[in-house]
Amino acid sequence: MSSTLPAHEASLDYRTLAERRQEMSSPPPAGRARTGAIVDRVFGWTARGAALLTLALLLGILVSLVIGAWPAIQKYGLGFFTSSVWDPVTLEFGGLVMIYGTLATSLIALIIAVPVSFGIALFLTELSPAWLKRPLGTAIELLAAVPSIVYGMWGLLVFGPLLATFVQQPLQALFGNVPILGALFSGPPVGIGILSAGIILAIMIIPFIAAVMRDVFDVTPPMLKESAYALGSTTWEVVFKVVLPYTKSGVIGGIMLGLGRALGETMAVTFVIGNFNQLDSISLFAPANSITSALANEFAEAASGMHQAALIYLGLMLFFITFVVLALSKLLLMRLRRNEGARS
Amino acid sequence: MNIRIPAASIALAGLAFAGVAAAQDVTGAGASFPAPLYARWAADYNKATGVKINYQSVGSGAGIKQIDAKTVAFGASDMPQKDEDLAKKGQVQFPTVIGGVIPVVNIKGIAAGQLRLNGPVLADIYLGKITKWNDAAIKALNPSLALPDAAISPVRRADGSGTSFIFTNYLSKVSPEWKSKVGEGTAVNWPTGAGGKGNEGVAAFVGRLPNSIGYVEYAYVKQNKMTYALMQNADGKVVAPDDKAFKAAAANADWNKSFYQILTNQPGAESWPITGATFILMHKVQEKPAEGATTLKFFEWAYKNGDKTAEDLDYVPMPASVKAQIEKLWATEIKDGSGKNVAYK
Repeated sequence: MSSTLPAHEASLDYRTLAERRQEMSSPPPAGRARTGAIVDRVFGWTARGAALLTLALLLGILVSLVIGAWPAIQKYGLGFFTSSVWDPVTLEFGGLVMIYGTLATSLIALIIAVPVSFGIALFLTELSPAWLKRPLGTAIELLAAVPSIVYGMWGLLVFGPLLATFVQQPLQALFGNVPILGALFSGPPVGIGILSAGIILAIMIIPFIAAVMRDVFDVTPPMLKESAYALGSTTWEVVFKVVLPYTKSGVIGGIMLGLGRALGETMAVTFVIGNFNQLDSISLFAPANSITSALANEFAEAASGMHQAALIYLGLMLFFITFVVLALSKLLLMRLRRNEGARS
Repeated sequence: MNIRIPAASIALAGLAFAGVAAAQDVTGAGASFPAPLYARWAADYNKATGVKINYQSVGSGAGIKQIDAKTVAFGASDMPQKDEDLAKKGQVQFPTVIGGVIPVVNIKGIAAGQLRLNGPVLADIYLGKITKWNDAAIKALNPSLALPDAAISPVRRADGSGTSFIFTNYLSKVSPEWKSKVGEGTAVNWPTGAGGKGNEGVAAFVGRLPNSIGYVEYAYVKQNKMTYALMQNADGKVVAPDDKAFKAAAANADWNKSFYQILTNQPGAESWPITGATFILMHKVQEKPAEGATTLKFFEWAYKNGDKTAEDLDYVPMPASVKAQIEKLWATEIKDGSGKNVAYK
């Protein structure tokens, strides 16, 4: 209380210390009932308990994953990351195919989703006429509520054939003979594989990223934007030089949220990725597998023992990948902040 | 204090309720292939007797785990357990219904029942050795069909499943190369092809991909009028997939010796070569004899009254001779803690 006043002013209160204490500890004279100190403390404990519970859950999940995966960890160790054999019959397991599939599909999803979401958020906050803002914003949020299995079925039955006919076949015709691009676009153009899974994931994470970006763009103080406009900036310059720097941590947070969802998405990916456990080409058209898809497909029928342990090891891997991604994003933010300090 | 009294009485009531329920209800878990049938049987049985049978369709692997842990009264598996494994765990198994696995294709101009295949050709297609529909080996089986010069896209199950087990077991029996390279199991290391989730996933892939081949359960072929292929069986005869052909395969198995019978590649002129039964697993020693008795009563009722329901749902009931052997097994093998037979009649 007293800290708001400089020391010499505080001493201008000539009442005795006892009097002042009395005033502080006695309830306010009329009307307002004071919440009991006990209630306050209970509330504090509950809040702390909730926070600790999250930590305990996280730790519990980690521990049970490690215990479940222990036979596989013991047998394969880090070789699990580099082996692409997945053979439930001879009980030989390696996670490279699934790890590659998860990372590749999520990367494709981000490459597509980030610019599109940025455009959506930019349009909604800076360019859209006022009457369109609300319905458009709601429509994008509604996309987030579509169950992932619907995206999967749609991807398999509707989107896959379209992709095959109108994207994959022309791409093969155009780049089939170019050295690296040709390899990326080789294989049967059937609309099932890494590329289609990545695009479906992009559609699924756009609403998340766009919603977060729109919200953070909205909180940029109008004064800053208007000053920039007054100095003659174009919308492009305002967005890149004022809005983005002001909101960058929020924007990165939104992208990470989307990436987290892409890494963990299961049902939609299972339908369109092809579930193929061999790594024999770098083609984006080739069927592949992802960690979540392998878990969803094989867990129910996996006999206890090495197969199950290997699947849990895959789960642990996904946990680890997500953790690394989050840590990297935090690092990135810290970097950005430090640079900011250096510049000003 | 006031709050505690109703809470305690609710807990007591709950306990009492659970006690009553335990005497009546029985829970089983396992294979998803027979789940629609078990659900219908359970509903009909409930109507007839008032007893509730809960069946959780969690997959064969999970069903085996649950019966091993004794969390359910019976487990269900599409894959028979080896006799020595059962003996170790103190369990018995018996088959309930038969089903077939059918190759389905999507080739322009080829209708259901026109294409003929045999085991080695099917294995070579899934090994990636036969890659074109106009391959000499396929042509030799189908001299009169105009087969296109197009790449074959094999489709198979992505999820672990009893259907895949029956299919890969058949391929292992007819192709030494398949046996050594891939082997058999609910999930294997497929050398080629795209994986669909469930029968519906495989059916969707085959329907969508031109020049594809897949395998699905009989009920699925029948209900969706898919383009199935004919198979050459162990006797060299070409057969069409129907309940008669599955029954013929089941009748030719030697059920006397053991219920560990995988019905693939069975002898007999009429046998469908890719046939399999689905099984129920129970512990020999029933710690809760009442539960064991209820389970046996349910299956006895189902064998007696459930054939029509099974046929309606496109499953094939067990032949009468096999049913008699199953009842013999119940009467002699399943006992309560004190060694007395569990009475189910």
